[in-house]
Amino acid sequence: MREVYLDNQSTTQIEERVYQEMLPYLQENYGNAQSMHSIGAKAKDALEKARGQVAELIGAKENEIYFTSCGSEANNLAVKGVAEAYKEKGKHIIVSGIEHFSVLYSARRLGQEGFAITYLPVDKYGLVSPEEVKNSIRDETILVSIQQANPEIGTIQPIEEIAHLLQKINAERRAKSQEPIYFHTDAVCTAGIIPVEVNKLGVDLLTLAGSQFYGPKGAAALYIKKGVRIIPQIDGGIQEGGRRAGTENIPAIVGFGKAAEIAQNEMGENYQKMFHLRDRLISELPKKIEYLYLNGHPEKRLPNNINFSVEFIEGEGMLLFLDEKGIYVSSGSACTSRALKMSHVLSAIELDPAIAQGSVLFTLSKYNTDEDIDYVLQEFPAIVERLRAVSPLYNYFKKTGKRKVAGPGTDYEHEHEE
Amino acid sequence: MPFYSEKVLDHFKNPRNVGEIKDADGVGEVGNPVCGDMMTFYIKVKENPSGESLKDNLLEEVKFQTFGCGAAIAVSSMVSEMAKGKTIEEALKITNASVAGELGGLPANKMHCSNLGADALHKAIEDYLNKQKVTK
Repeated sequence: MREVYLDNQSTTQIEERVYQEMLPYLQENYGNAQSMHSIGAKAKDALEKARGQVAELIGAKENEIYFTSCGSEANNLAVKGVAEAYKEKGKHIIVSGIEHFSVLYSARRLGQEGFAITYLPVDKYGLVSPEEVKNSIRDETILVSIQQANPEIGTIQPIEEIAHLLQKINAERRAKSQEPIYFHTDAVCTAGIIPVEVNKLGVDLLTLAGSQFYGPKGAAALYIKKGVRIIPQIDGGIQEGGRRAGTENIPAIVGFGKAAEIAQNEMGENYQKMFHLRDRLISELPKKIEYLYLNGHPEKRLPNNINFSVEFIEGEGMLLFLDEKGIYVSSGSACTSRALKMSHVLSAIELDPAIAQGSVLFTLSKYNTDEDIDYVLQEFPAIVERLRAVSPLYNYFKKTGKRKVAGPGTDYEHEHEE
Repeated sequence: MPFYSEKVLDHFKNPRNVGEIKDADGVGEVGNPVCGDMMTFYIKVKENPSGESLKDNLLEEVKFQTFGCGAAIAVSSMVSEMAKGKTIEEALKITNASVAGELGGLPANKMHCSNLGADALHKAIEDYLNKQKVTK
């Protein structure tokens, strides 16, 4: 059976050159980078080489890269670490409502500890309005955290524009000897996929993760601009300049570094390839399936993201049938989330819940081909048809031409509450 | 797909008794698309000549339509099979636990789907019984 992996937002396959680079660090070069002997030195060299590779990918300096175990950890460190460092200056933080849970829950935790949190709304495409950011700023604001792109709907945010307006506000603040507002962006979906340059973006902190661009799981990084203070979230050692304790995961970090180097060298080619496949699926699938809606922004969009809502059916059923055909995707429906909650992103763009339940997310990698897209175009319509045949919503629509929306208030609704 | 048992997958992929009964004696609808699941059950009831009350009447036909996840569809299919040919009284005894049991278990976070299936069937029966009270 043909296997088509289209869940690259969850994780990517480790690339062969990355794998080869990592191997010696699993057995021969097993040292601890902090040891004062030759074996430790080899690990230390590898660590610093990787730091350089990652720094280069995002146009940062080596001493501004702090390795973490994953993107979630880096986001926690950014949000909580900055909040704790500057809490004497103010206790207000701004995040968008469609951030990754590692940012949202970090903010929520700070909210429980006495910080005021503003959750910015987004428009129907998932875009944050810079104007709205500006209007939310208070004297006590110390941090703004907005993702560069959304993993689920692929919408790319106007980070430069937001940075620009923050710089203006910060200039005024400096004139009054006030602390500036720090700007963090979660670039997990973008780094290694589209050009990401910290100075051009104008951010103070940036999160990236190697497993998104053919590196291994277990290595990510937080860029912290020189001069920004941060309180470590893992105490206990001198690693990472004292900002992140713990023995460094050298094999994973080596892989992360190599993946960053490859991504940088081959970005244009990979971008074009995925862009072409993305647009094929976006333009051709609606010709084969009726009542199909694209979620996210049509143009300001990641080159590897396709998110459709298929009306009248639910996402998990599609996932199961696609899986049977060897096509691996994900969905934002309540049923596919282990918490049985509809995706907070689809809620935030105010998608009709009945339509949001039918969301299917295809995320591409550089390994996908035109044949993969052909295969999806060939197999998916019949799956949709099969599920619609069982759907009371579809049958009602076919019979009456009207859309049936059952109101809330059933006993069932309560069972879904946590 | 290790998430569901073979039996659940079989009922999901080949659901039994899908459809609508045009002149149904009872219709029951539960759930709502906001939560992700919605089920409609249709029943056709045949009088039981040796029966003493309405509850002895037989579910001659049971059909359903379901909007929902794999478990919701599998549960609907199983409920329809369990109820078909049974008396009303017997069908009313189908419980959430017995449906899940017949399916060889459901993942913990999908157990609520089985509640929904039995509820929809019972609602259709209730609808039938109410209609009988009005006409007789």
